[in-house]
Amino acid sequence: MDKLIADLKIQIIEALNLKHLTKNDIEDDQPLFVKGLGLDSIDALELIVLLQQRYGIKINDPKEGPKIFHSVRTIAEYITENKSDQP
Amino acid sequence: MNSKVLVVGLGVVSAIGRGVVEIHRSLQLDNSGIGEARHLRTNLELPVGEVKLSNDSLKDLLSVKDRIPRTALLGLLAARDALADSTLDLTGWRTGLISATTVGGMDFTENYFEENLEDLSDGNRDDVRNHECGKITQLIAEDLNVTDFVTTVNTACSSSANSIIFGARLIAQGHLDIVVAGGADALCRFTLNGFNSLRILDYRQCRPFDASRAGLNLGEGAAYVVLASDRVVQMDKIKSLCCISGFGNSSDAFHQTTSSSEGEGSFLAMRESLKRADLEANQISYINLHGTGTENNDLSEGMAIKRLFGSNLPMMSSTKGFTGHTLGASGGLEAVFSIMSIAHGCVYPNLGFENSIPELGIIPQLKFGNDLPIRHVMSNSFGFGGNCSSIIFSVK
Amino acid sequence: MKNVVTSFCSIRNRQIVKDGQIVFRSEEGLLQAFLEKAYSELKLSYPRFYKMDRLSQLGWLASEIIFGGGSYPPNLPDLNKVGLVLANRNSSLDSDIAFHQSISKVPSPSLFVYTLPNIVLGEICIRNGFKGENAFFVQESFDTSFLVSYVDMILSNGNNAKCLAGWVDVLGEDHDVFLYFVEKIARSRSLEHDSSKLLKLYNTTWIN
Repeated sequence: MDKLIADLKIQIIEALNLKHLTKNDIEDDQPLFVKGLGLDSIDALELIVLLQQRYGIKINDPKEGPKIFHSVRTIAEYITENKSDQP
Repeated sequence: MNSKVLVVGLGVVSAIGRGVVEIHRSLQLDNSGIGEARHLRTNLELPVGEVKLSNDSLKDLLSVKDRIPRTALLGLLAARDALADSTLDLTGWRTGLISATTVGGMDFTENYFEENLEDLSDGNRDDVRNHECGKITQLIAEDLNVTDFVTTVNTACSSSANSIIFGARLIAQGHLDIVVAGGADALCRFTLNGFNSLRILDYRQCRPFDASRAGLNLGEGAAYVVLASDRVVQMDKIKSLCCISGFGNSSDAFHQTTSSSEGEGSFLAMRESLKRADLEANQISYINLHGTGTENNDLSEGMAIKRLFGSNLPMMSSTKGFTGHTLGASGGLEAVFSIMSIAHGCVYPNLGFENSIPELGIIPQLKFGNDLPIRHVMSNSFGFGGNCSSIIFSVK
Repeated sequence: MKNVVTSFCSIRNRQIVKDGQIVFRSEEGLLQAFLEKAYSELKLSYPRFYKMDRLSQLGWLASEIIFGGGSYPPNLPDLNKVGLVLANRNSSLDSDIAFHQSISKVPSPSLFVYTLPNIVLGEICIRNGFKGENAFFVQESFDTSFLVSYVDMILSNGNNAKCLAGWVDVLGEDHDVFLYFVEKIARSRSLEHDSSKLLKLYNTTWIN
């Protein structure tokens, strides 16, 4: 789980063009969509793309987003529960 | 404004037909043009408002032999129809063409790219020669033989409304005598995939201003209006349908693709159009809503309307349940529908509505209505980037 | 009385000029690296910058140079009356290419957002709170006589009091930005809002 969380931080920074941040700037349980990172609705959609491309997980209803993407840890937990066995 | 701006010709092609007679009939009979794509090759199973003519059919109608993008074919058809409808002879008048598009020649370009992925220099270069937005305008200008003033507008979904506004200004201020203004956009995979990635497309037919609305349906089409000064109308003794009495454009300054919750940009644009027209809100007979069917737009637009009109809400409807959202052409298409509303004394229905959006309590026009005293119609077009436009058409 | 140009910014050949002074220059390297270096060395602070496409980054950078050094929103009366009129030749082609490449994998929503040239207008307005008229034209080349007429027209009726205008174009490594601020009342160093004067500024090669 720790490795997944660390990897996720780097992937999120890359996918969302958060070039002013490093993985040490994002805490495991920090809310992603409140002030700190300033993420918006387009970022949420890009996270859906990230899950699909990297982890083979399809989120069909964007409304599930706020719960899944609450923090890096909740994303990691969701991936662990739902990861597709296919490459 | 200094000189009156009169509408003297209309040309339109959409999912519900070509020309005002056929389209009026479709609108009157609740005949939506939204359904499965027949001409666009796509894996996405999404309802669209496709023009029911293949490129070959369009070329035949136009007697055009060259391979040109679908946007240009649709644009040529509507622009020629508009000019013919006006019965104007452009000789001797200072004439402009202001055309809008967001898609340009992308339908050809995306096919070229796919077919020649191995070696991009392999394909027929003619297929990408007309990719640019400006090239589409140029094709139409050359066809209509308009040379005095030609330009292209691209401001997303408010594009062709902005073309019409600019045309009106040029006539009002005496820079030009006649302006053909509007826009065209064809369906293509680039746009369909793009909107799908934003998750704002409905997999069912769209339901503008309904509580359960789930997104928009993309459409395609083209529409042009011919605008002329009083002097032209008097000297050439031609008919005029109505005038453009007001317009407004503002920036929402909130987000690239969503509108502010209180609809500030929309509010400012509508308010400005009333001010320019020297009208009170309660004088507006009917609003042709932007009404895309997305959660965000309809709520935001509804809020802005309530702020501006208070308890004196006019009749209103979105016609996108018939045509889909035609993007760069939508302002033009809906301008034509607004003008038809004045000409016929009618209002068109808002398809797909069952329950009001709870925060608004607005019930749009549910049935076609005629024999109505329609004096002033407001047409709204709000685009990505927060570009908000509103035009008021009035009896002359 | 003629309107006046109270500030301008040009970005070309990896060089940023404000009101005739070079404020940043990068000798060599790619456009993206130049933009990010300019952002950090000019000590700008707007993380959203990194999400923008290159057209928006160029337009935003130029507007930031014009208004920068002050508070946000800029200290201008009535932001509802600040308009924005831009034009270019390549529309959003630079971003269209990037988005199209993503379609073969998974279409990227953040790339699609920028496949319209007027989004740069939106970005500048969001940053500064401008709510006046916005227009974007696609034209063969920078037509100062067209822009001067258009801006004068929208300033003439009282709905817009000031206007940011100009040319913002990018395709691949080629970039060409000339942005200027037009007001009704002259400040200490103003230039008449005139087509040939603007064209001269646009064509000037600046060397400090």
